[in-house]
Order: sequence, then structure tokens, then C-alpha cells
Amino acid sequence: MIEVEHLTKAYNGRKAVDDISFRVEKGEILGFLGPNGAGKTTTMRILTCYMPATDGTARVAGFDVFENSLEVRKRIGYLPENPPLYPEMTVQSYLHFVAKIKGTPSAQRKTQVEDAMDRCSITDVRDRIIGKLSKGYKQRVGLAQSLLNNPEVLILDEPTIGLDPKQIFEVRSLIKNLAGTHTVILSTHILPEVSMTCNRVVIINDGRLIAIDTPQGLANQQKGAERIALLIEGPREAVRQKLASIPGVMSVQAEAGSDAQPAGFTVECKLNTDLRRDIANAVVTQGWGLLELRGVSMSLEDVFINLVTKEEV
Amino acid sequence: MQNVLAIWQREMKAYFVSPIAYVVLTLWLLLSGLFFYAILTNVIQSTMMQSQFGPGSQPVDVPGIVTRGFFGTMSVVLLFMIPMLTMGLFAEEKKRGTMELLLTTPVGHLHAMMGKFLASTTFLLIMLAGTWVTISALFKYGQPDWKPIVGAYLGLLLYGEGLLAAGLFISTLTENQIVSGVITFGVSLVLWLIDSFSSGASGAAKDVLSYLSVIGHLDDFIKGVIDTTHVIFYLSFAFVGLFLTYRSLESMRWRS
Repeated sequence: MIEVEHLTKAYNGRKAVDDISFRVEKGEILGFLGPNGAGKTTTMRILTCYMPATDGTARVAGFDVFENSLEVRKRIGYLPENPPLYPEMTVQSYLHFVAKIKGTPSAQRKTQVEDAMDRCSITDVRDRIIGKLSKGYKQRVGLAQSLLNNPEVLILDEPTIGLDPKQIFEVRSLIKNLAGTHTVILSTHILPEVSMTCNRVVIINDGRLIAIDTPQGLANQQKGAERIALLIEGPREAVRQKLASIPGVMSVQAEAGSDAQPAGFTVECKLNTDLRRDIANAVVTQGWGLLELRGVSMSLEDVFINLVTKEEV
Repeated sequence: MQNVLAIWQREMKAYFVSPIAYVVLTLWLLLSGLFFYAILTNVIQSTMMQSQFGPGSQPVDVPGIVTRGFFGTMSVVLLFMIPMLTMGLFAEEKKRGTMELLLTTPVGHLHAMMGKFLASTTFLLIMLAGTWVTISALFKYGQPDWKPIVGAYLGLLLYGEGLLAAGLFISTLTENQIVSGVITFGVSLVLWLIDSFSSGASGAAKDVLSYLSVIGHLDDFIKGVIDTTHVIFYLSFAFVGLFLTYRSLESMRWRS
């Protein structure tokens, strides 16, 4: 649905986007991840035909964003970083205006607007002046605007910014529900949001694409070892030595403290081995108390920090 | 076309939601009334003085003199009003980020520009219609020649279109509507002053300056003569303004 090839955008010689290529299939939700100023917004602005690329091509639904801009613009819904609102209009009249300029036939306009307001839970403020609304409401009016005319492709620049936790949850489930029927690209720097809503993640830093994979795939790829966390009641040093002697264990780290209290241990094992059974056996046969045992998976935060900092070295 | 209408409609609503429309209209009507009254009293006084010299003096065309004086003055007033109509048109869109909405929907530059130009033209028509209140008094109490009046309205409309197009262009250059308004005002002032420079100059300079004098081209209209040279002058003025607006909007994509 979206094909980006060798996309580059330079501002006064500085490359904001540098040779980025990726594809998004129909019905997929793609997360755009990266630190501030990484080039997320620039990429989105190119995809929405707001600005042309310096080099490379981008196609949406088979249409080139530069050559066939009108066809692309008919098919996208875009929520920019700052929601594009007219403060003097009421929510309802604003949405009617947007539906009109997006070319929604007048017979469908009313139901479209009602539906969008309903999905973004802003029906209760329909007659209020936009300028008087809170940040969270403004953000959701912006989101409602992007859903109008039922676009095939949605491009959302930080859709959950400025929302409270309950609203964030609602917007995320709204986006998840769009999957399958709509193709969505969303940018964010809230990492759990990506693992919760997206099928795939693109990580960009300094304008360059540094990783593209499923959130799970990324975590696996970056993981150097399997990690197991333990909470054991027993003599600290003896436990540590016993654990280290199990075949496959690479290192053992013990938490500082007295022997009287149960202590936490972190065991690192070779990749693609599952030593949980062996460890449990070893501890139990020694007569120590095994209070807790769990595999530690690498979070997206770790992956992200890893990738972004590795780049700089 | 639907896009242009949608933009036009939104822009008209925006005019009348903000205080600008009311301030401009009130000031305009107030000034038109005051000037009309001042000019009328002046003309009546001088005719009365003239008639004292004896019955042999020539009859005076009071409505004609009043119309000429009135429209001449209002054209200068218009010069100061137009910047208020155009200053926010694109500057505000840029400031609020709604330019991003217009340019990423099927609207595009041309429709946005036409919609806004039409809205400001509509507002100008409302202003011109407002002066009919005073002009109709001439028809009630006298038999004025209708030709100079029709000519003056047509002339003011064409002249207004030119200024609106220039203001629209200036509005694309900044995202601060005060700056946009002040620059448009400055440009209008210069265009007005050219007229007085041209009377002081001589030779080729005089020809060039008097051709460029935006107000100078109105004279014939107010006399009731519709000359194509002047019509073409105003239309090309508006066209250049709109052309520059269009290019400026296009270049915004590359600059931003």
C-alpha cells in the first residue's frame, strides 16, 4: 500500500531524512519510532504530499506522491503534529468543513461526521468552539478530522500526545480497530504504544533507518542472551557457585544483602536454551527455597536505547 | 468548484465571527456618511455663494460634483481598509498549521487561493453596497446622472480587486497577520503617493508614474467613462497579485 524507496530530504545541506526505504502492506499498522528530530515528521509530510522529497520516491496506493499528488491526497487521512484546527469554529462545523474539502458527497457527510465524532468520543463537545477546548479534546478533534471520508491510508503524527491515560487507551483501541481495513502509519516516542498497537516497527535515528521488524522480532534480534531472574532463600555464595556450575550458564549476578533474607539472582544463559528446569532442580535438591523464577524478556525500551546509542558510537 | 465554495464559505464565516468585519464595516459606513455630509455642505455653500453674484451665472450640477468628490475620497479610505481584509487570509492559516490541512486534502493551492480571493471580494461588495445608503439620497432629492455612479462602483470594484490580490500575496509571506497588514498598508500608501509624485515629475518619468498610479486610473470611471485601458490596468494588477500568490504558495512547499 505504501512503498518508500531511497527517500531523502535535505534542508540547507543537512539531511533530515537520509535514504529511507520501507513498505507497508494493506491493513498493516506501522509504528515510527525515533528520538525527537529523527525525521519522523519529515517522512510523514513527504508521504502526505505536504513537501516534496529531495531524492527517492514514495508511492501511496500505487500513486507517486509527487507525480500524482491529487490521487494520493484523496486517499489519505493525516493528523499533523499540531492538529490543524480553526479555533473560531465549532467542532461540528469544522468537521463538516473538512468532510466537504475532502470531497465527501453531501448525502454522506452527516453520517461520516457523526461516526467520526462517535469514534473519537467528542460527541459531547460537538457545539463547543474549538478554541475553548482542552488539549485532549483538540487532539481528538484532529484525529476525527483524519478519519473523515474513510481514507485507505491514515498517517498519524503522535496521535496520543496530550491525552490522559484513559483517552490514550481509547485512542489506541480505536487505532487497533482500524487495522485490516485501513493502512496506518503512526509515529510516537511512547514505546509501549508501539508494542501494543503496531504490527511492525521502523526505528529511525538522525534521518537514517536503523531497524525494521515486528516488535517481538526486534527484541529477539537485539537480545544477546536469555536471562532468568530468581529469588532464592539460602546461603548466598553457595547458591551463586551452584548456579554457575550448571552447564549453559554464562554468568550469575547476586543481589547484595544478608543471608537471612531471600536474595535475587540474575542468570544469563546461552541464546535459545531454556535452563529453567535445570535451575529449579538444582536449587530444590540443595534444599534451598525457590521463591521466584521467571524468564526476562528484553523490552522495547532496551532495544531502542541499544539501537539508538549503538549508532552513535 | 466545491472546494472553492467550501473555502469561501468558511472564510466568510470567519470574517463575521471575528471583530474585523464589524470594525471595518462600521468605520467604512461612518466615514462614508461623514464625508458625504461634508462634501455636500461644502458644495451647497459654494453654489449659494456663486448665486449671490447674480442670476446670470451658470447652473451647477450639484449631484455630479458630490458624486465625484465622494467616490474620490472613498477610494482613498478603501486603500486603508483593504489591508484589514487580507492580512489574515494566509498568515493565520500558516500560524495555526491549517495550511497543512488544506495542502494535504484535495484542495490544493489554487482552490485555497480562489476561495479566499472570492471571500474578500464578497466582503468588498458588501462594503460598496453599504455606500448606496448615502448615494440613494441623491436620487431622492435630485436627478443625478447615473453613468458616473455606475462607473464609480465598477471602478472601485476593479481597483479593490487589485489591492486585494496584492494583500493576498503579502499575506502568504509571513505567518504574522500584523506584519502582513502593516506591509500591505505600506504598499497601499506608496501606491497612493505615486499619484502625487507623478504630478510633480516631468517627461517619461511622469508617464510611467501616472500609469502606475492606482488611484489615477479611477478618475475616468468616476467621470462616467469606462475606458478599456483602465479596466485592463486593474485586471492585470489583480492577475499579477494572484499569480504571485500562487507562486508563493507553491514555493512554501519547498521552503518549509
